[in-house]
Amino acid sequence: MDFGFSEEQEFLRDQVRKFLDDQCSLPQVRAIAATEEGFCRKLWGQLSELGWLGLTLPEEYGGVGLSWVDLVVVLEETGRTLFPSPLLSTTLAATAINEFGTPEQQQQWLPGLADGSCIGTLALLDETDFLSPQAIQMTGKASAGGYLLSGEKRFVQDATVADVFIVAFRAGPANDDLGLAIVSRQDKGVSVEETEGWDRTKRTGVLKLDAVQITADALLGETLLGAQAIETLIDYGALAVSAESIGVCEGILKLTSQYALDRKQFGSPIGRYQGVKHPLAEMYVDIECTKSLAYYAAWTLEGQPTEAPAAIAKAKAYAAQSVCSAGVTGVQMHGAIGYTDEYDMQLYMKRSKWSRATYGDEDFHYDRIADFGGL
Amino acid sequence: MDFDFTEKEEAFRAEVKEFIAANLPAPEQRGEDFISLWNAKLGEKKWIGFSWPKEHGGGGGTLIEQFILKEEMSKALAPELGSDFMGLTWVGPALIRHGTEAQKQEFMPDLLNCQSSWCTGYSEPDVGSDLGSLNLRAVRDGDDYVINGSKIWTTKAHVAKNIFLTVRTNPEAESRYRGISVLLTPMNTPGIEVKPIVNIVGDHSFNQVFFTDVRVPVSARLGGEGEGWKVVMGALANERSGISESTGMERHLDKLKELARNSLKGGKPALEDAEIRRKIARFETRISAMRLNGFRNLTKQIKGNQPGSETSINKLLRGMLEIPMSDLAMSLLGNDASGTGPWQYDSFNFHGTVIGGGSPNIQRNIISERVLGLPKD
Repeated sequence: MDFGFSEEQEFLRDQVRKFLDDQCSLPQVRAIAATEEGFCRKLWGQLSELGWLGLTLPEEYGGVGLSWVDLVVVLEETGRTLFPSPLLSTTLAATAINEFGTPEQQQQWLPGLADGSCIGTLALLDETDFLSPQAIQMTGKASAGGYLLSGEKRFVQDATVADVFIVAFRAGPANDDLGLAIVSRQDKGVSVEETEGWDRTKRTGVLKLDAVQITADALLGETLLGAQAIETLIDYGALAVSAESIGVCEGILKLTSQYALDRKQFGSPIGRYQGVKHPLAEMYVDIECTKSLAYYAAWTLEGQPTEAPAAIAKAKAYAAQSVCSAGVTGVQMHGAIGYTDEYDMQLYMKRSKWSRATYGDEDFHYDRIADFGGL
Repeated sequence: MDFDFTEKEEAFRAEVKEFIAANLPAPEQRGEDFISLWNAKLGEKKWIGFSWPKEHGGGGGTLIEQFILKEEMSKALAPELGSDFMGLTWVGPALIRHGTEAQKQEFMPDLLNCQSSWCTGYSEPDVGSDLGSLNLRAVRDGDDYVINGSKIWTTKAHVAKNIFLTVRTNPEAESRYRGISVLLTPMNTPGIEVKPIVNIVGDHSFNQVFFTDVRVPVSARLGGEGEGWKVVMGALANERSGISESTGMERHLDKLKELARNSLKGGKPALEDAEIRRKIARFETRISAMRLNGFRNLTKQIKGNQPGSETSINKLLRGMLEIPMSDLAMSLLGNDASGTGPWQYDSFNFHGTVIGGGSPNIQRNIISERVLGLPKD
């Protein structure tokens, strides 16, 4: 039993942290977030060279072959600096293909996803905005040995810049009739539309499929994978967002603690007053708990897979609640300056709203935990 | 990162389970002589003070094995290991760390044989959360200290053989933290008088202790003169990590789930209520976090670090769990909440564990000042 990071993992963390602090501090984040694409292709290329895009992919496909624990380390850091990029989306799409794809599909897609020449994303959610295989409505009609897909996918991360989408659809009424299709942006009948959002460092959009023909070899795993695969992808998404949320909370705590030291009122730094210091202590406790839960959840994926869904649900429930409250507390402890556009707290506050909701808020996951816990 | 246990550790777990199956009667079958028999058997196994070094009479178990032992005992609803929580949780570790050879010889055997019973003298009538300003005066007179003053909220003082006593040996020290010493004092020393205080549920668990010209030899001092604060900080960290072990909370949650399964809310099964389900799920999540935080602390200790301010995290979490868990239980009871069953009793009694070892606000101060570096209040 060892609940700590290895030297290599600590080194990875230092490396990512240094890179992001040097290359993409908050002024750059603002500049990048103001561009149309919402990310910087030059930095994206550097991420690829550093191996962070294919971190968990097998080496034979250009990946580094590391584990989810290592990925959590990277995502904590990208969260801490609000790094705007399709890293999370691309990682999740690549994970889907790596885990469920045939060797041919892996060969076709993974090298591009690992070297950054291809941006990928998951497209699981339908109109209902309910994260469950039962809620998947996009229809797939059997056609020409494959399927004809029609419908809309909402809340697709990085939809407008993605080259490939992993799309959940339904070929029939049963859970076993659910499938995942690899849809290329170039395919006939595919269109995307950006959805307006407050957090400009996280772009989402709508993917519209109008009678898009999916050939048999574009069906992930070349079979209808069923509900289980979709639930697994939701779990991966929830864990990845939990990891980023830890960083977001740490960013908020650092900014706010520093402000509490610098800002003087009634003749003293406001950090001396318990009305300020106690909420910050609780934020710290929340961060430590989310770390414990998320690190453990990441470990279960390889160490004890049957435990993973419950462990991830706990991590995301705690992360959602913590990041939401950190955003609010962060602004409140700053007072008026925290409510301005000029000051960086607003960037974190906006991210906290995205992080809480994406891949399930606390209520969604508490309901699952209640089920897992035998209630 | 690795949460698997080694083969040796799994074998140890099997040994503990086997021992429990052979020796531990069900709670309703435990008679009057149960505790002494049970403790004697644990003593034979060296499972009291199990993780203490062998040269001090301990079992030489690893911290992981100690964790496994406690976890299995808790799952089996066994009583707390040994009957002397204070002696085993902080007096023993403090003796090992700071004690003289003579002190170890005097106190360790009783601790290990379940013959000890310690109480702890921290709070005073005018000194509670602000422990650093403690005022019980010990004046050096030859080879003795002469103690005058009083301690309060002293749990078990009326039954304890010894007190882990904090005194002020130098009121003129440049820092108030530098003038404190710890004296290991027998409770039968002439001049010590114990006056009971009845608590909120009518139990006599704590006391006020009066000291009138109590003479204690200088050789009873644990650690250097004026260096007691360091000893106390270590002891408090051990107390907090002892209080905040998650295993007890896991049992507490099992009972709460059972209560919820058997309760109605508005005429319908309580577990059909989404809010109630989510509340329980939230408790479960926090308890999992406590357990995992405990593993992280354990990993740090295995790497050679003494427990420090991080123990305040779980101590605070426990407080933040006890209160809403009791609140939900009482709400599930409906009008029965005004009765006298175990949940009702607990709704008064949990305050003891939440306040003991430092109230939640004190933990928040510790975290914000020592971890986040915010100015002292």
